[in-house]
Amino acid sequence: MKEFKYVITDPEGIHARPAGILVKQAAGYASAVKIAKGEKSADAKRIFGVMGLGVKNGDEVTITADGADEEKAIAELETFFKENL
Amino acid sequence: MVTITGKSVFGGVSIGKLLFYKRSEKVIKRTHVDDLDAEWKRFQEAKDAAVSQLQGLYDKALEDVGEANAMIFEIHQMMLEDLDYLESIENIIRTQEVNAEFAVATTADNFAKMFSAMDDAYMQGRAADVKDVSERVLDILCGVDTGLKEMSEPCIIAADDLAPSETVQLDKSKVLGFATQFGSANSHTAILARTMNIPAVIGLGEELSPEYNGKTAVVDGFTGTIYIEPDEETMKEMTEKRQKDLDRKALLEQLKGKENVTKSGRKINVYANIGNVSDLGAVLKNDAGGIGLFRSEFLYLENSDFPTEEQQFSVYKQVAESMAGKKVIIRTLDIGADKQVDYFGLDKEENPALGYRAIRICLTRPEIFKTQLRALYRAAVYGNISIMFPMIISVDEVKQIKEIIAEVKEELRSEGIPFKEDVELGIMIETPASVMVSRELAKEVDFFSVGTNDLTQYTLAIDRQNNKLDRFFDPHHPAVLAMIRMAAESAHAEGAWIGICGELGADLELTQEFIDMGLDELSVSPAMVLPLRNRIRECD
Repeated sequence: MKEFKYVITDPEGIHARPAGILVKQAAGYASAVKIAKGEKSADAKRIFGVMGLGVKNGDEVTITADGADEEKAIAELETFFKENL
Repeated sequence: MVTITGKSVFGGVSIGKLLFYKRSEKVIKRTHVDDLDAEWKRFQEAKDAAVSQLQGLYDKALEDVGEANAMIFEIHQMMLEDLDYLESIENIIRTQEVNAEFAVATTADNFAKMFSAMDDAYMQGRAADVKDVSERVLDILCGVDTGLKEMSEPCIIAADDLAPSETVQLDKSKVLGFATQFGSANSHTAILARTMNIPAVIGLGEELSPEYNGKTAVVDGFTGTIYIEPDEETMKEMTEKRQKDLDRKALLEQLKGKENVTKSGRKINVYANIGNVSDLGAVLKNDAGGIGLFRSEFLYLENSDFPTEEQQFSVYKQVAESMAGKKVIIRTLDIGADKQVDYFGLDKEENPALGYRAIRICLTRPEIFKTQLRALYRAAVYGNISIMFPMIISVDEVKQIKEIIAEVKEELRSEGIPFKEDVELGIMIETPASVMVSRELAKEVDFFSVGTNDLTQYTLAIDRQNNKLDRFFDPHHPAVLAMIRMAAESAHAEGAWIGICGELGADLELTQEFIDMGLDELSVSPAMVLPLRNRIRECD
């Protein structure tokens, strides 16, 4: 299992639009991808789960990937967060 | 006449018949089902049909309102394909042995409740999205026709609330405006109304009753008001207001993106004056080339204590970013005289207009000044910020300001805080003294901006607030114009540029004279930007 932590800098947090793009991106991996904020965790391939976390600007999230392509998933997702969130 | 007030989400005035948008009434009943596999399959087919309808809406929206706004329909598709959502529906069908309609309605309710319970207004608004997508599936399951009735004539659409999918499906050439009982300014409907330039008022409440269907109404999107069966006077007033707005839009259409060049080829910058962040919308709407005067006083006037560096920084940054590289001239605090703030603890004065105000406060209480300068130099990293100092009467004052700026930069540097090294600096020309020494002042700064209101009052020795003096007051007094001319000559002789940010700048009778004086910029209230730009093009 691989993971990284990221602090959201987008003033609007993970809104519908970035949530949608994240879900699309995560769905492309064979690995299980999870996003966690504090105690709460969600499947990053499910839009209701991601939006339900209510991630805001300044929140720290932990992204984990577990599976065959976990290294690729984490590397690409980290870039995705830096560029979009 | 019935007058109802709500919340404006897009300005503009529209006049026409109200058309109440009625949704198909569906009563979802819970029924027992034996063949659960078939029921699940029935749901999946309906869901697939809904997804394909949404794809159609996405394609339409992409064309009408652009990718950023069309994205919602892609997200709606994802919601229908979401595993949590599907698992919930399948689970209800199979464990409770019930019909797909009941399972969808129950699941939609639960997911909408999850959003409604979140502590963020934006996310609470997403409950409407869940309901919207689920309605679509239910319509298909129930065999309800979701197509909208053709509108025979242009109408103002009234409804309890409009889902994004309903808004986008409307024939826009027939929609004059929107009026809804509920909804939020964050709703996609509001966003789409803004993108489609349709006057819209939301949150009118149940006073906006379906009994008004077919009645003549006026939507005033500027004030967030709707008038049903308006009286003659209101109708006249609104017709004029509408015409004025249309004229502005026509002018905008004609001038957008064009340079402000006179017939002889002189180019003048036309900027806007603002007094608060909330004025930014008007600046952009009127296509101003920049902000020529951002009065920073509101930060002090609206606070019960000195605004912190962070508070100021975030405001300046927001303005700089919103203007996306266009010039933003921020004037340092101009408190005193007619603008009093309790926590400054200023003494009562015999003659406040000639008293302890503006730069005089800043230079004697540098801690207040430094906080503002730190915020400005930090925010300058995010856009094209210039700083301007009010009420200058001497070169020595400018030198003192520069010393304080040097200290501020040194502090920021040693603290490792990013800031912009080279910020354009200018002064207000609003005292006769500054005009008389303008040649020397011009050597010290990058630009002048003439504050004609104070310059006129000080030059003519006439208190603007005393209307008994009106008969002596001449805004075009030759002494004032001579002052401006002298300042312009001094500025240009020393390689500085000069503009006007007072009310006189918007006086279209003087535009030609200002051009002849060689002024480089005129900054006026947002509503005057387009008429002034139009006037410049008529000048020689």
